[in-house]
Amino acid sequence: MSGLAVEAAALGVLTGGVYALMASGLTLIFGVMRIINVGHGALVVLGAYLSFVLFRQWHIDPFLGLVVTMPVMFGLGVVLELVFIRPLRTDREALSVLVTYALALGIEGVLGLAFSANFQQLSVWYESAGVQVGDFHVAYVYGFGFLLSVAMLSGLGLLLTRTTFGAAVRATMLNRAAAQLIGIDVAMISAIAFGIGMATAAAGGVVFGITTAFNPGSHYDLISRLLTIIVLGGLGSFRGAIVAAVLMLVVQDVTAVLWSPTWAAFTFFALLTLVLVARPQGLYGMRVRE
Amino acid sequence: MRLAARGAAAALGAGALLLPLVVDPSILNVGVLTLMYVGLATAWNIIGGYTGYISLGHAGFFGIGAYALGLVVGHLGVPGGYGPLLLVPLAGAITAAAALPVGWIALRTRAATFVIVTIAFMFMLQILATNLRGLTGGSQGLGYPVPQGWGPDFVDVPFYYAMLALAALALGVSWWVRRSKLGLGLLAIRDDEDRASALGVRARAFKMTAFVVSAALVGMIGGVYGYYVTYVYPQFVIDPLIGISMVLMAFLGGAGTLAGPVLGALLLEPAQLELAYSFGSARLYLVLYAAVFLVVILLLPRGIVPSLVDRLPHSPLEEGRGGGNPDGPA
Repeated sequence: MSGLAVEAAALGVLTGGVYALMASGLTLIFGVMRIINVGHGALVVLGAYLSFVLFRQWHIDPFLGLVVTMPVMFGLGVVLELVFIRPLRTDREALSVLVTYALALGIEGVLGLAFSANFQQLSVWYESAGVQVGDFHVAYVYGFGFLLSVAMLSGLGLLLTRTTFGAAVRATMLNRAAAQLIGIDVAMISAIAFGIGMATAAAGGVVFGITTAFNPGSHYDLISRLLTIIVLGGLGSFRGAIVAAVLMLVVQDVTAVLWSPTWAAFTFFALLTLVLVARPQGLYGMRVRE
Repeated sequence: MRLAARGAAAALGAGALLLPLVVDPSILNVGVLTLMYVGLATAWNIIGGYTGYISLGHAGFFGIGAYALGLVVGHLGVPGGYGPLLLVPLAGAITAAAALPVGWIALRTRAATFVIVTIAFMFMLQILATNLRGLTGGSQGLGYPVPQGWGPDFVDVPFYYAMLALAALALGVSWWVRRSKLGLGLLAIRDDEDRASALGVRARAFKMTAFVVSAALVGMIGGVYGYYVTYVYPQFVIDPLIGISMVLMAFLGGAGTLAGPVLGALLLEPAQLELAYSFGSARLYLVLYAAVFLVVILLLPRGIVPSLVDRLPHSPLEEGRGGGNPDGPA
């Protein structure tokens, strides 16, 4: 019994890494632009379908395919920001929720037209093949996904802390108006941040598409998890997003083996509720006056 | 203007009362669902529009109402007919009781966090409704008694008037809130909560009141809907699309105004039903719905009513978001 729990916890850490990557994109977008991208889940699903097409048509490995899908999704993100987010002038926070919600519905509809509502899965060789650790079997895909996430999160961390661009991003996150006053092109930073968020969605989509059967409607499940992760971590906090993602997946996977898989997601929501009672700003969030 | 608005409202009310007498019974269900959304958008507006707390989880309260009424009717063994409709206030009370702890937690957060917490609450309820099979029937659904003796030409009529009564109730409450000290406090909270608190507005109590009242109204409407469709399933009553539709309607007409949500629902719900009817395919419908949605938000971000009011020389009627905008066209 406890062995199962340890295995579940280990798997939780590995998948938690991937959720940390997707949630980082979401929290980056919030931090820079002060908007909640409700369409993030739909974009992860879109990323999964892009990889699916590359894999099905040209037999391109989903992980290698990221060389193509990440730039495509980055470009799409910049375009979406320019067309749908930037025109919002008044009441941005509320309206952006609605706009990105509409984008999610639109993407769901388009994917449904293109691929039908049937469930798909990326069936690669490392989906089931894996290594034996003691009594446990861990499929390679979890390891690959974890490594990819660690690599991308480190890259993102270096970009944000070691470059001039990163300094501009952090300045924008701290104080948009002041950043603008000292000559930072806040509009451009926003578009690029949205693009980076999409790129993380593409990367997350690959692992999601290999480990889970998905259809165009899968984004509801994803977005409810990703949003609760960034709220638990504290909106705009990368450290919070990573800690909360790993915590969520561990709690969920352990609940699934010790109690029941149907209650796994519920446990996490319950945990979120408890944290919010004690700390409405989340684990690493700061109290802000809005 | 004030007189014209009252005249229009009276004409609309009279038309709504007489509608079942004149339209073909087979299309009365458009009326039932439109009135349902008039009520939902108006109820949502009390917390989302006046107070500025954007709840995307109101479909959760809709579901609570639908399950609550079904369970009460089932346990009391009320037969189909007018009985279940008379028990609707009880569904409202149960929903209000459920909204108390939800609001207590959710309203500790603000702005973006509040939006997300309401979404999480809705999905949490969906999981509960699916998993608590003993109570809700899980994915098998929860059945209502079928009304006996209501022929196909009549069956929509009681539901139509029930929805009309609830829409009128929601409007009455919304109107009263808007004119009361409570409403002024809510608007102050929307504009600047910290300043409002500092000036003596009891922000916490006011927000809770708005949240619970809004939820109770939505729950009652959910109850009538559950009885109307006779079978309640988790994903169809706790449906994110229902939750977002009421928000979109309020924004289209003008969130924070009395007439805005009504106007938004009257315009959008028939259009939505027409879209769904003529495009059969749920996916194409979803794409078109998203397109309408985006156009509305990008072209009319403040909604129809505030935009119209700005065009009038003096506009004491609606002091919504846009009231007295100096940049507005004269």
